[in-house]
Amino acid sequence: MDTLFAEGLRKRYGDLDALDGFDLHVPAGVIHGLLGPNGAGKTTAVKALTTLIDLDAGTARVAGFDVRGQARQVRASIGLVGQNPAVDEILGGRQNLVMFGRLYGLGKAAAQARADELLDLFELTGAAERAVSTYSGGMRRRLDIAAGLVLTPAVLFLDEPTTGLDPRARNEVWTSIRETAARGTTVLLTTQYLDEADQLASEISVMNHGRVIAEGSPEALKRRIGGDRVTVTLRGPLDEAARALGGVTDEETRSVTVEVTEGLAAIVRTLDALDAGIEDLQLRRPTLDEVFLTLTEKEPVT
Amino acid sequence: MTTLRAGWIITQRDLAHWVRQPWGPIFGLMFSIMLLLVFGFLFGGAINVPGGGDYIAYLLPGMMALSMLFGVESTATAMGNDARKGITDRFRAMPIGSASVALGRVGADMTNSTVELLVMLVGGLAVGWRITGDATAAALAVLLLLLLRFSMLWIGIFIGLRFRGEGATSAVQVLVWPIGFLSTAIVSAETMPGWLGAIAAWNPLSATATAARELFGNPTGVTGGVLADHAVLLAVAWPVLLTAIFAPLSARAYRRLRA
Repeated sequence: MDTLFAEGLRKRYGDLDALDGFDLHVPAGVIHGLLGPNGAGKTTAVKALTTLIDLDAGTARVAGFDVRGQARQVRASIGLVGQNPAVDEILGGRQNLVMFGRLYGLGKAAAQARADELLDLFELTGAAERAVSTYSGGMRRRLDIAAGLVLTPAVLFLDEPTTGLDPRARNEVWTSIRETAARGTTVLLTTQYLDEADQLASEISVMNHGRVIAEGSPEALKRRIGGDRVTVTLRGPLDEAARALGGVTDEETRSVTVEVTEGLAAIVRTLDALDAGIEDLQLRRPTLDEVFLTLTEKEPVT
Repeated sequence: MTTLRAGWIITQRDLAHWVRQPWGPIFGLMFSIMLLLVFGFLFGGAINVPGGGDYIAYLLPGMMALSMLFGVESTATAMGNDARKGITDRFRAMPIGSASVALGRVGADMTNSTVELLVMLVGGLAVGWRITGDATAAALAVLLLLLLRFSMLWIGIFIGLRFRGEGATSAVQVLVWPIGFLSTAIVSAETMPGWLGAIAAWNPLSATATAARELFGNPTGVTGGVLADHAVLLAVAWPVLLTAIFAPLSARAYRRLRA
């Protein structure tokens, strides 16, 4: 049985279909990426699955519980880390975790023990008593994620957890997410960053206009938009080469990028015939960026 | 997890705020004391109390009522901040009763206002204000003041949840002043032009201020009209009516977060 199951979710805000037939199937224990541009409906999907909003249509189950009829059981099975760190800034990190632990039903002593455990896990022990307002962005995010893990939930929802973080903080958060999944929690991660999904997720759902438009492993998605790419750096005429190959030029690096359809040899022969002067040649798989742009461009913009 | 227990835990969170950042509540208290001194001694000499009596004795219960009204602002601010920052959403995604969040607010703000009231009582006694009624009546006066604060709580929760943004808080901060002054809290309605006096007399704040004056045994500044006969009744009826309107509206605003 899927840990996260959603079929035909619909949610309308005025004229906007924030969710327009959203489907999702996530097995237990994986990191699943929900990837899409701003306004694709990622946050609405998370809010629907975490029982924060009412759906207009569709069925969703989280950890086996229906989000409509069994909201309380769903809430007892999840951790939610929203787009902005939702921790109390005046209180200390430890005070925050103890409060959330007690709200999840732990006794005082158990909540304190769990808080210390989490502080240790997220390397916040040194800052445990300090007010959260003095924390760096990365520390705040880590505390936020820790607060979502007080219960050791079956599912952790992370809504754009690294937006606005510097690269170092981002790495810290990535490590925390990987470790969380390694301990057996299913993670649904929304992101606008392709490399984030590529780095963390074993499966990705690409979302646009309120529904999933493609699904698969990062590798499968890359395969889906065709073959490998080759980038050749040339001494000779760029535009002519690009026209002959049907590729894209980059003036700055004096290179042409083209999809490999009939083998590398054919490309080299064409360039030789033009006397293009090959300086460098790099073969690579398409990036998720390219996958994403290809997929979202195909979508009719309404 | 009972709703009450969760509410108490959320109350404790706010009490911990005051321990961490005591300056907010302390400045709030100093502000009340400053107003008391400004009106009591700076303006007070020029203010006559209709029906006679000492102005400080008249002013003190009015100031207490005024500070209960001003509480609407801190409630709305706290509620709006939590909703905007996603803390309310985090609470909503937890297995706790849906009334817990509001209950936590009620617990924290009523505690705050009780302390504030006690400080004003002591401060008032220090500047020469006296309770001349009996102890039961004085206790009833305190309860009526807290009842007014309770009704303000629901208005604050409603505004905080419904309008979330900082703009709403600013609007409340500005609006409490005309509402506060257009009452008998500081000057008697009988010194105002007739139409204005009528509005002031019907201000819920005036009912509480006048009832508290009666019960503390202070001059009421009221020589006739509805406040002269029914101040205590009105001081019960107004907050009950406001609560009956705004508690359901708050519950609705909380549910509409799901829309």
